[in-house]
Amino acid sequence: MSRKIFTRDNVQHFLISNAVPIIFILLSAFAIPVSKFSGQYLVQEMLVRLSRDSFLVLSLLIPIMAGMGLNFGMVLGAMAGEIGLILITDWNIMGIQGMVLAMIISTPLAVILGWMCGSILNRAKGREMVTSFILGFFMNGVYQLVVLYGFGKVVPIRNPQLLLSRGFGIRNVTNLEGIRKCLDNFIPLNIGGVSIPVATFLVIALFCLFVLWFKNTKLGQDMRAVGQDMDVARSAGIEVEKTRVISIVISTVLACYGQIIFLQNIGTMNTYNSHEQAGMFAIAALLVGGASVAKATIPNVFVGVVLFHLMFVVSPMAGKYLIGQAQLGEYFRVFVSYGIIAIALALHAWKRYKDKERARRSLRGNA
Amino acid sequence: MEALGPILKMEGIGKSYFGNRVLRNVNLSLGKGQILGLVGENGAGKSTLMNILFGMNVIHETGGYEGKILINNREIRFDSPFDALEAGVGMVHQEFSLIPGFTAAENIVLNRESTIYNILVESFGERMKTLNKAEMRQRAKSAIEKLNIELKDDTLVTEMPVGHKQFTEIAREIDKEHTQILVLDEPTAVLTESEADILLDSMKRLSGLGIAIIFISHRLQEIMEICDKIIVLRDGEVVEETIPAETSIKDIASHMVGRNIDSAFKRETEMIDNSFSDIILSVRDLWVDMPGETVRRASLDIHKGEIFGIGGLAGQGKLGIANGIMGMFPAGGKVIFENSPVTLNDPRSPLGMGLAAVFEDRRGVGLLLEEPISWNIIFTALQMQNKFLKPYLGGLVKVRDAKAITECTRYYIDALEIKCIGEDQEVKELSGGNQQKVCLAKAFATRPKLLFVAEPTRGIDVGAKRVVLETLKNYNKKYETTIVMISSELEELRSICDRIAIVNEGKIAGILPATSESTEFGMLMLGKVDNGSEGEKTS
Amino acid sequence: MKRILQFIERVGWPRVIIAIFLLSLFIAAPFVRVRIDASISDTLVRFGMNGVMVLAMVPMIQAGCGLNFGLPLGIIAGLVGAVTSIEMGITGLAGILAAMVIAVPIATLLGLGYGILLNKVKGGEMMIATYVGFSSVAFMCIMWLMLPYKSPNMVWGYAGAGLRTTISVEGYWDRAISNVASFNFGEFFYCPTGMFLFFAFMCFLIWIFMHTKTGTAMTTVGSNPEYARSAGVDVDRMRIISVILSTVLGAIGIIVYQQSFGFIQLYMGPFYMAFPAVAAILIGGASVHKATILNVVIGTFLFQGILTMTPSVINSLIETDMSEVIRIIVSNGMILYALTRVVKVRS
Repeated sequence: MSRKIFTRDNVQHFLISNAVPIIFILLSAFAIPVSKFSGQYLVQEMLVRLSRDSFLVLSLLIPIMAGMGLNFGMVLGAMAGEIGLILITDWNIMGIQGMVLAMIISTPLAVILGWMCGSILNRAKGREMVTSFILGFFMNGVYQLVVLYGFGKVVPIRNPQLLLSRGFGIRNVTNLEGIRKCLDNFIPLNIGGVSIPVATFLVIALFCLFVLWFKNTKLGQDMRAVGQDMDVARSAGIEVEKTRVISIVISTVLACYGQIIFLQNIGTMNTYNSHEQAGMFAIAALLVGGASVAKATIPNVFVGVVLFHLMFVVSPMAGKYLIGQAQLGEYFRVFVSYGIIAIALALHAWKRYKDKERARRSLRGNA
Repeated sequence: MEALGPILKMEGIGKSYFGNRVLRNVNLSLGKGQILGLVGENGAGKSTLMNILFGMNVIHETGGYEGKILINNREIRFDSPFDALEAGVGMVHQEFSLIPGFTAAENIVLNRESTIYNILVESFGERMKTLNKAEMRQRAKSAIEKLNIELKDDTLVTEMPVGHKQFTEIAREIDKEHTQILVLDEPTAVLTESEADILLDSMKRLSGLGIAIIFISHRLQEIMEICDKIIVLRDGEVVEETIPAETSIKDIASHMVGRNIDSAFKRETEMIDNSFSDIILSVRDLWVDMPGETVRRASLDIHKGEIFGIGGLAGQGKLGIANGIMGMFPAGGKVIFENSPVTLNDPRSPLGMGLAAVFEDRRGVGLLLEEPISWNIIFTALQMQNKFLKPYLGGLVKVRDAKAITECTRYYIDALEIKCIGEDQEVKELSGGNQQKVCLAKAFATRPKLLFVAEPTRGIDVGAKRVVLETLKNYNKKYETTIVMISSELEELRSICDRIAIVNEGKIAGILPATSESTEFGMLMLGKVDNGSEGEKTS
Repeated sequence: MKRILQFIERVGWPRVIIAIFLLSLFIAAPFVRVRIDASISDTLVRFGMNGVMVLAMVPMIQAGCGLNFGLPLGIIAGLVGAVTSIEMGITGLAGILAAMVIAVPIATLLGLGYGILLNKVKGGEMMIATYVGFSSVAFMCIMWLMLPYKSPNMVWGYAGAGLRTTISVEGYWDRAISNVASFNFGEFFYCPTGMFLFFAFMCFLIWIFMHTKTGTAMTTVGSNPEYARSAGVDVDRMRIISVILSTVLGAIGIIVYQQSFGFIQLYMGPFYMAFPAVAAILIGGASVHKATILNVVIGTFLFQGILTMTPSVINSLIETDMSEVIRIIVSNGMILYALTRVVKVRS
């Protein structure tokens, strides 16, 4: 009996479990020709965005593995990275050394913030996502307190160009010209007019290998166990609370590096806004790539970044040519970003509810 | 299996919880490779005895235990389950403790995985070691082999039938190298007959390998089949220690439930012959999907005005019957009340027809802990019968009638002797006994024709017990309320019920007049089915 | 001393700290040359403005649906009502009535859909509520651009189509409710009695509702859904009713807010509006599954008090504008505190 790969059941199952990326592919297929962007332009854009955003999205994988859901608290790591960047800009350390130094300085800060976030989430079991979401907002306030009021007064800043005219507080826009594209251009490569940031991709590849290897460590196995059933893990002797905190710490530190990589590509930093969108877009991209709140793989990351940003780039122009208003396209992409997260959350909660019911039935069979 | 000298000895074990004695002078010994069957009713002390052996926290937190435990002739004192595991005591509980998305192998070695050192361990700690997957699978395979079952080590738990999940749990204990003693708590409860046979086979193989097994079960056929020794516990004491060749099911049953005339509840009321009055509730082929208390096929008839008891061992389904009829869990079958059919799976149907229930899960279902006593008592009546509402604006708006509510609450506080500060006190602050009285009041406030009461005296003090039972008897006599009392305490049932049904394995094993010998009830509990069909045995 | 500590433990440290903070701001005010009468007046006005939206939190919390981060859904219904009322050119209290009459049915419909969704995701309501709120605001951004409104007061001048971001209600129903029975006291003190009367009326309606059979059932569902089910309550239906109620109150609330504020804020305006309301009710003493009308009153007053006083007092004190930062820290900190409270079960 021959076995067909494309049986009706298989195709149906594939379509349902990958519904979100498929919708996005269809949307993009429609919108790309309408937007009148050239293929070469789009390829270049996607390469840039892959190199720029993948690391941030990758930082979300480990908390999902540990059952903490979508780590909205990655924003804390981004803030730590930004503080590191402000300092190296003030000390006028440029190029790749500056970027690496920023990473080194901000690591301890990211670890502390991650540890704090993880501990708070342990106190809100069952409500991790809302709590990390609100925590992000709260820490944004603290960040502003420190950067808008503390820097220049409590933390000495030598470069007056960084400060507001009143003498303390960092300006709204911090110029990162010194480290601009330092990693991207570290190993330059140009193919047919499309420039490829080789070094950045190498870093990303390295990190992917790390994630794969991590899954095979004892700690990774413990996280997977904790993520599926905390009680069973605990009764087997695994330190559940500690494992959860470690997963958040790792995620926060990686988000910190991810934000630094992100900003070195852009070259300027919106001191008070850059990190806000970082979390939201990373999460949206991961979900677009087919991940769920309970399961995310490395392919989800890359597929997601490409699809999400494709829609992002193409929407305003598509809106302009289709309906006559570019503004419409912009609002559309905002709507889609939030909508996709709403759908993913709803699907996850619904599935969890259904799984609980199904598990109950399988425990005690009806004779 | 020849005993080679005791691997486990428990001498003079005793335990009391805050003055309430649950174990007294329990002695047992178990040799290498022996299988000991432990039999007893609920509350006889089996779980407490095992908790002591296993070093559970609940024992230490409540004053420890008396007596000595010796393993291999060395006295030990476990401070936590992990100490017990270290010493070679393994326990397989009734609820599965498995990670659903892991394979059988991963579950078998959970938190004891084989690992390989790497350089990162130096800076980041022990847990950075990589897993040695090949070795993990090998360990799993050999554990499964010892059980002699068909189970692939790379099967996911979610894709396993229930029986295999049980085997994976046992394999986990076997993989632990030092396991010498294995405690199995009702392991065949979830298995099909063929799976149970395989398990009993595996147990024999394990005992052949030298592992001593304590087998807790109420399925006497199984006990008789594989155990080397049988111990019967009753009210915290060892009342019988024997071997299968020298005993019978009847013998064990009578030891399990038989009591001195002195210690039994005295029966005060005359037994009323209700067999000629109408049948008020008729149940046919009822099944109920209540986790832990599954009902498979229950049929019975209850007469108007009688006090009907439902008893049986824990987990056999007696609690499921009432829960199913009242619509709290998915159910099917036919239920007829006063000649009208009751719609299952909808609480409003039985409530609307005049049935009410006091559920065994007081805190979970029976009470609103953060609301006042008054709210708890009047709510069902308010919801179903629109009582305690005062109309305004010509009936357009109906608002809670505070005065009527207070009056009703005060009446029940008085009648049931509920000890409280006032009708507005939050229920969570009351003692267990008073909380139970609130649950009763809630049911009585709806003036039911038939009242289910599940475990009415569980966890409450002697004085409250008396009030509760008296109240039930009064309502039965004065208002002719039919009472269906579900309880694990056989003597309690025998003291106030007219007839008692025993539920075993989700079916009615038999219905006897309350004055029958307790041994007969005991045998029904242990799986003996009456000659002919399951159902009524007339006196 | 012990009783004070007991009181504080019951009320919770954050609330006590916030109350003391507010009190000290009021005390410090005259010393930094901030007018007390203007401050009190401002606080009162903001209290009235926000009251109904905070009240909108109560039904869903009581029914066990959690904090209503999806309030923007109701706000959107209110915005449609307000904008349509202006399009029709109705002024004064009649204009407000028209806005509400249009908004309420829309809010009911939206609430129904929202409620059905929340019933399918029990246990994860709050996160989904947040993103449903966000997505609907973003969706409406597209709608505001495309809906066929024509009133010159509202649309972009040069294009002639598409609503502006901010629309003034002056000349239509600016302060229509506030001015009812209002009075002034000197140059700086304005008391918007009308708003208080309306707020009190809404509170009264909700209070009555909570004492009806349906309201009682709703509270029971939030308190223990299994108990409610065993007593014959249709749990899902009660939850939907609570969501509809919250959404309708949100719609009414934004109309009250706008008539006092003087402007209708479209597009991303309603995006974060749920958070101050959530923070306010939590500050007032509510928890994630229990809220009373008293919580609403106390919480709105404390929260708006801080929002009013902090800019004026602290800015005069240290000559920097820290109001935004303090607002973020206080409101989100309060929500964080509520989310991490472990429910203590006394045996």
